[in-house]
Amino acid sequence: MSDSPIAVEEHNPALRHHFADMEQQRQASSLGMWVFLATEVMFFGGMFCAYLIYRYWYYNEFAAGSRSLDIWLGTINTAVLICSSLTVALGVRAAQMGKRKLLVILLLLTIVFGLAFLGIKGVEWYTKFQEHHIPGSSFNVDDLIKEYPQIRIDPSHQQIFFSLYFAMTGLHALHMIIGVGIFAVLTFYAWKSLYTPEYHTPIELAGLYWHFVDIIWIYLFPLLYLIDRKPLK
Amino acid sequence: MATAAITADRTNYLNQEYGIKSWLLTTDHKRIALLYLLSITFFFFIGGFFALLIRLELLTPAGDLVQSDTYNKLFTMHGQVMVFFFLIPSIPAVLGNFLVPLMIGARDLAFPRINLLSWYLYIIAGVMMLHCILTGGVDTGWTFYTPFSTAFSNTKVIEAGLAIFVAGFSSILTGLNFVVTIHRMRAPGMTWSRLPLFIWAHYATSIIQLLGTPVLAVTLVLVVLERALHLGIFDPTRGGDPLLFQHLFWFYSHPAVYIMILPSMGVVSEIVPCFCRKRIFGYKFVAMSSIGIAVFGFLVWAHHMFVAGISLYSALIFSILSYMVAVPSAIKVFNWTATMYKGSISFATPMLYAFGFIGLFTMGGLTGLFLAALGIDVHVTDTYFVIAHFHYIMVGGAVMGYLGGMHFWWPKISGRMYPEFWGKLAAMIVFIGFNLTFFPQFVLGYLGMPRRYWQYPPEFQVLNVLSTAGSTILAVGYILPMVYFLWSMRYGKIAEENPWGASGLEWMTSSPPPTFNFDHTPEVTWEAYNYENIPAPEEVAVER
Repeated sequence: MSDSPIAVEEHNPALRHHFADMEQQRQASSLGMWVFLATEVMFFGGMFCAYLIYRYWYYNEFAAGSRSLDIWLGTINTAVLICSSLTVALGVRAAQMGKRKLLVILLLLTIVFGLAFLGIKGVEWYTKFQEHHIPGSSFNVDDLIKEYPQIRIDPSHQQIFFSLYFAMTGLHALHMIIGVGIFAVLTFYAWKSLYTPEYHTPIELAGLYWHFVDIIWIYLFPLLYLIDRKPLK
Repeated sequence: MATAAITADRTNYLNQEYGIKSWLLTTDHKRIALLYLLSITFFFFIGGFFALLIRLELLTPAGDLVQSDTYNKLFTMHGQVMVFFFLIPSIPAVLGNFLVPLMIGARDLAFPRINLLSWYLYIIAGVMMLHCILTGGVDTGWTFYTPFSTAFSNTKVIEAGLAIFVAGFSSILTGLNFVVTIHRMRAPGMTWSRLPLFIWAHYATSIIQLLGTPVLAVTLVLVVLERALHLGIFDPTRGGDPLLFQHLFWFYSHPAVYIMILPSMGVVSEIVPCFCRKRIFGYKFVAMSSIGIAVFGFLVWAHHMFVAGISLYSALIFSILSYMVAVPSAIKVFNWTATMYKGSISFATPMLYAFGFIGLFTMGGLTGLFLAALGIDVHVTDTYFVIAHFHYIMVGGAVMGYLGGMHFWWPKISGRMYPEFWGKLAAMIVFIGFNLTFFPQFVLGYLGMPRRYWQYPPEFQVLNVLSTAGSTILAVGYILPMVYFLWSMRYGKIAEENPWGASGLEWMTSSPPPTFNFDHTPEVTWEAYNYENIPAPEEVAVER
């Protein structure tokens, strides 16, 4: 690289050799993240499509399954995630202003919120495991059939609801775990003062990713927890 | 520079550094293109080996070489290897990787390390696929149709599914890199209307890769989860719907055909103006037809399911939409033909492949219209007519374009000329071998021979023998270029900067290019394909 014949005007150490200037580099990275998020929308889209069809066909079972989810834990988790999005947004601002300490604290808070979400999710899954609501050979929904004698519940259709519940929240949780890992690395670099008001693109991009994961949950919460909560006649 | 003892050459991307590490850890888009070239060639011959075994079995009506179980695995792995490990990465990952930055005057792709990552993902997927093949293989057909794949098949579906899942991410990352590079890395003056049509084709391809591949990925995840953890989303015995799988699968896998053919069309759009010494006819129409194919391509997937039990009304709509893809495709064919009109055509090897592409793609496209017609589709679904149709598109179209492009840009890639006589001979052999292999299959299909059977009634034997004979000729045609390309790397004539007298920024730097592509970032002040201002080279015989 040292014998590159191309004269590089700016000498910001974060500038990679193939970009003309920092502005081009920032714009390319940012577009790259937006395009990646578009692919993520399509990735989740397949499952949302399956959800749409089966909810239309098997409404009773979806409503009963939705009632069996813990609405309080779901609501708390929604609030936790929104708080984590706030800390990320503030973190991007802190990076822009060059406030290193504040940035590190905000990133750490984001990680804490993310882990709290995953912990609560784990508790919910464990409850489902105890209730035999995990799809597979030990799947059993006699409790739901007994609880809601007013509606007709087909166990195999009920299993589809829980299949989608675990597939969708599982895929979402996987994205959360990846996000927490990314923020752990960024916190380390932020602590090492790698980010400056001129160069903090990674913080912005990780923030975009985190907001995206947050939005997925904003859709998952009503679709899975709030299908039908009216008192049954 | 001290290494250039024999020739007084300047350093280029090939001789700047030596050693295995300088290749495996490279972030140079040109070197990654060569890594891809080696790996996809390897998988091409694996897939081709399965194809030859299939044709050998079909030489006689009885099942004598292999039995039905093995035959099912052969056509499955032929399809999976060829589609996911050769055709989809072929032109984008090799020629696209090499040429996209060069053509737009950039020093590299926007994300060089992600580019290397995509190659490593491809290799991981390839190793998984190879392991799957060597330890038993898969028998679901390349389409993984449920519930057979999730509940009945006792072969390695999970491993093959995960391999293709990983290969999909390699493809997504390539597409992401291209889109960002084309948007953000163009040289000063390289406006959208001055982009080479190869770039437009790759832009359209990348959009399909980005929006289609994730859907296939999540579908395969669901298949794997259903097989491993009994989720039951596609299993009819548990209230699931196998048709949903087909919808999700074809939502990617039909546009995937355009991932294969669009880059080939981009290659032909470069070759035809060069060897006709004319600006391409209707630049904007050719560019926009690429985008049109990408958009329409997403709206036709259910024509694979006309006999699978979808409603008549949606079948009608998908039939009409499928016809509409013919419009942008025909625009391209007519505009290439119009470019040739009154051009000074020279019949060099790349041009022979371009001619082959135009003819065979037209055949494949027109028979596609037969299949889009609901009545005819019912008659020929799952027969050899369908096999012949999509091989005319994928092999007659995509592979012809790939080989044409490899010959056209070989001087730029290697710095050497290939032997023109052998090139022309191989092009002829491929064309003849291809038609002999696949034309009889149109007839076979129309007469009612179903696909995916290892034996057939004796009255079909003559046509099957013709097809098998053609496939051996085709194999010779594919092996020849590999031999003389390797030969030319040592003994070929040294290539000049612009041996064809072609337009385009990639011809304005040395052959092979230096690591950073250009000594100075070029400034573009001219329109694409300004052949009236470029003199024809003397070596390429100009015949009127």
